[in-house]
Amino acid sequence: MSLDIILILLIDGLSTGAIYLLAGLGFVLVFSVTRVIFIPSGDIAAFAALTLAAFQSRTVPGSIWLVAAMAALACLAECMTHLRNGTARRLPHAIFFYAVLPLIPCIVGLMIAKQDVPEALRIVTTMALILPMGVLIDRLTLRPLATSSTLILFIVAIAVHFLIAGIGLIVFGPEGVRTNPILDGVTTLPGGVVVPAQQILMMIVALLLSFVFYLFFGRSITGKALRATASNRVGARLMGIRPERAAATAYLIASGLAAIVGILIAPVTTMYYDSGFMIGLKASVGAIIGGMASYPITAIGSVFIGILESWASFLASDYKEIIIFSVVIPVLIWRSFAVHRDGDEEIEELA
Amino acid sequence: MIPARSFALFAVLALLALPAVAPPFLVTLMSHVGVSSLVVLGLVLLTGIGGMMSFGQAAFVGIAAYTTGWLTTALGWSPWLGLVFALALTAASALAIGAITLRLGGHFLPLSTIAWGLSIYYLFGNLEPLGRHSGMLNIPPITLGPVSFMSQTAMYYLIWTFTLLATLFCLNLLDSREGRALRLLRGGAHLMGSIGMDTFRTRLRVFVIAGILAGLAGWLYAHMTRFISPAPFEVKISIEYLLMAMTGGASQVAGATVGASLIVLIKNWLQDLLPHLTDNPAQLEQVAFALMLILILRFARSGLMPLVLKLVKRMPRPVDVQAGLLPKRRLPATGETVLEVDAVERRFGGLVAVNKVSFNVKAGEIVGLIGPNGAGKSTMFNLITGTLSVSSGTVRFLGKDTRRLSQRQIAALGCARTFQHVKLRPAMSLLDNVVGGTYLRTQAGYIKSGLKLDREEEERARLEALMRLEQVGLAERAHDLAGDLPLGQQRVLEIARALALDPVLLILDEPAAGLRKKEKDALAALLRKLRDDGLTILIVEHDMDFVMNLVDRIVVMVFGQKLREGDPTTIRRDPAVQEAYLGGLA
Repeated sequence: MSLDIILILLIDGLSTGAIYLLAGLGFVLVFSVTRVIFIPSGDIAAFAALTLAAFQSRTVPGSIWLVAAMAALACLAECMTHLRNGTARRLPHAIFFYAVLPLIPCIVGLMIAKQDVPEALRIVTTMALILPMGVLIDRLTLRPLATSSTLILFIVAIAVHFLIAGIGLIVFGPEGVRTNPILDGVTTLPGGVVVPAQQILMMIVALLLSFVFYLFFGRSITGKALRATASNRVGARLMGIRPERAAATAYLIASGLAAIVGILIAPVTTMYYDSGFMIGLKASVGAIIGGMASYPITAIGSVFIGILESWASFLASDYKEIIIFSVVIPVLIWRSFAVHRDGDEEIEELA
Repeated sequence: MIPARSFALFAVLALLALPAVAPPFLVTLMSHVGVSSLVVLGLVLLTGIGGMMSFGQAAFVGIAAYTTGWLTTALGWSPWLGLVFALALTAASALAIGAITLRLGGHFLPLSTIAWGLSIYYLFGNLEPLGRHSGMLNIPPITLGPVSFMSQTAMYYLIWTFTLLATLFCLNLLDSREGRALRLLRGGAHLMGSIGMDTFRTRLRVFVIAGILAGLAGWLYAHMTRFISPAPFEVKISIEYLLMAMTGGASQVAGATVGASLIVLIKNWLQDLLPHLTDNPAQLEQVAFALMLILILRFARSGLMPLVLKLVKRMPRPVDVQAGLLPKRRLPATGETVLEVDAVERRFGGLVAVNKVSFNVKAGEIVGLIGPNGAGKSTMFNLITGTLSVSSGTVRFLGKDTRRLSQRQIAALGCARTFQHVKLRPAMSLLDNVVGGTYLRTQAGYIKSGLKLDREEEERARLEALMRLEQVGLAERAHDLAGDLPLGQQRVLEIARALALDPVLLILDEPAAGLRKKEKDALAALLRKLRDDGLTILIVEHDMDFVMNLVDRIVVMVFGQKLREGDPTTIRRDPAVQEAYLGGLA
């Protein structure tokens, strides 16, 4: 094996790892705030890719109808909750956030779909369209169960994946897509190795966003509120932080990260309606390495998974998935010995 | 209302008669129901009762199916040898996965079973000897002597024989010593440890049993369809099994068959209907099932079984008063040292919660450990019972150093406890809750219990429990649910459970908290009676009046240190105690 190949695999792995890193940060964020392992974030990434591809081929993306329908249902659910709780004065607020805001990108999307518009507008519209998905999914499926055990939440998250992946086929069709690269061309490294500019872009975006993430949690009030909710829900509530709002913020950020993942990955990998599951699961392996709690270790874990994947596809492509998922075994063994033994865990009733 | 036995008999007769009256496709469908029921039965034990979750059950089915498929086609072995190897391999895989994940909390098991389920699926699809994605053909039928299970009807009977036997095994198991441990898993590790049960081992065993049941299903499946490919062993199918369990009612053994029947029938109906409506029937089916699972979890978490149970009359099994007695421990003579706490210290980081405290408890006395909030009483309690480990100093129980012993081992030495926040299983009867306390005094294992060979010991344990209930005055309500008792009596019930351990020392954590005056008096009277019967008692308590009128000796703790020790009258007069404890007002 030549040095060139090693370098190519390394760069390929780093750019894949960048993708898992972004998805993994979303995972840890949503889990720490809501205790939900948000597997559907992979599907959201796939939907972002398919949406952008639809715009590029001058067709109306199915996600417009999906988001509009989810917004209508979520708005209805939210209004009914307010009416039942006697908080009718908050109805305009609910309608604005759950119906009007998500519908704006839907309308913009319909307007630009068949037009010759700049690529940047397509990307921005795709982002805006995908952004509310996490919040809407949460409102419709997970929030009503927010006080349930992690186990129930996990089953629901998995069921939501199968639900929206199935719907994804109906609204997007079975064809795989590739989008036009955001950055064309290649860079030649000293030594003669040629790297596609898109891969460099993936790494830069991941680095930048990790830094923004760090600033957000370290410095901003919203970031601190999220951290407070993650470490103690009741305590945060007593401090005036609404867990529902913290959860919505977490889902919004996670959806945004997923949308970026989808947009970045679609030029280098063919995306199908169900490609998201694997992205989500591999990112969750990174998050498991970080114990579903630590952002820096998750970041390192995700990059490691990316590099492992590019080596595995090169050396034993048939067994690539098996190799990646086997990584959880040593991690779990290590965690099971590091586990804190003094706590008592009560498991709620399923029935 | 129909008695449960007649109901079960009716169901079995209906299953027997089905092939005679039903069209062949329905017989085949019911064979599939039987196979699925086996997998779901495992999920009921695992999820509905044990509170664990696995998305890898379909992978276990697959391992067994491929094992027997390969052995019987490539090597030409008998399907029965295939069964042995299939079960051995599924059990070994379950043991390995369980061993590394079951110590970890909530979400690690489901996540790693997904990873495992996917890996196995890709493995089947990529291994040449297993036929890759096109699968394996011509798997031979099962034969038993001259009988061949080639026809669908013969296979139907074979499958349901296994399914009914497995159901019976699980029902027997749940009504036994190890089954009670399984039903207590949701009460948490501290409750289980306090009566000598091992949370991890119980979890691991039930995970292996669920794996074996899935393995049995896989073996039957392979020889029923005579063709296997990776598709039926996907993670998606594991979700279907989960849906079956939730639909039927995950906490009821019979729910497995109810749920499996319903979902298999719905699936069959959808597969007839959907191709007329859409080009993607498989995905629409997936959407329908996912939606169903979400709705069931939201609106009907107990599934269909509660409706079925309304039709059935179930009588509590009476306790056999002729049964023999369980062996009893020899109690130490009055005045012998039972518990010796010597210069014990416990630090949490920089905080010293218990600072060089020493005292001892002698056989046949009631000692009270008192102190204001934050004095370190609860920490002391946890150090003695083994839920926390000491930083320095020694704790000796009956002369044995307990520093390195687990909660379970300390309980086994004869140290029983109650909880400040009552830990009972509200949906189990008083009797069942107390029988749990006899765990360490009985031996029956899984196999013995499943085959109902444990009855003699089980009857003894039940009689013992009834006697303990009588001792505390709750025998009248033995068959009521523990959750229906008022708080005062729940505390007394906890004492009965602790007594079922046949303890030397009983440690009570704030037993009077939340009790009314009359209940406190009754509790004090009960404790005095227990002491007179030779039991040694240590009470950690807040309530001064309660302690003063009850105990023989008092240890006062303040800010993690021992302040005074003496009889109630001296302590009451002690100015330092009054200052610290009562703020100098008394």
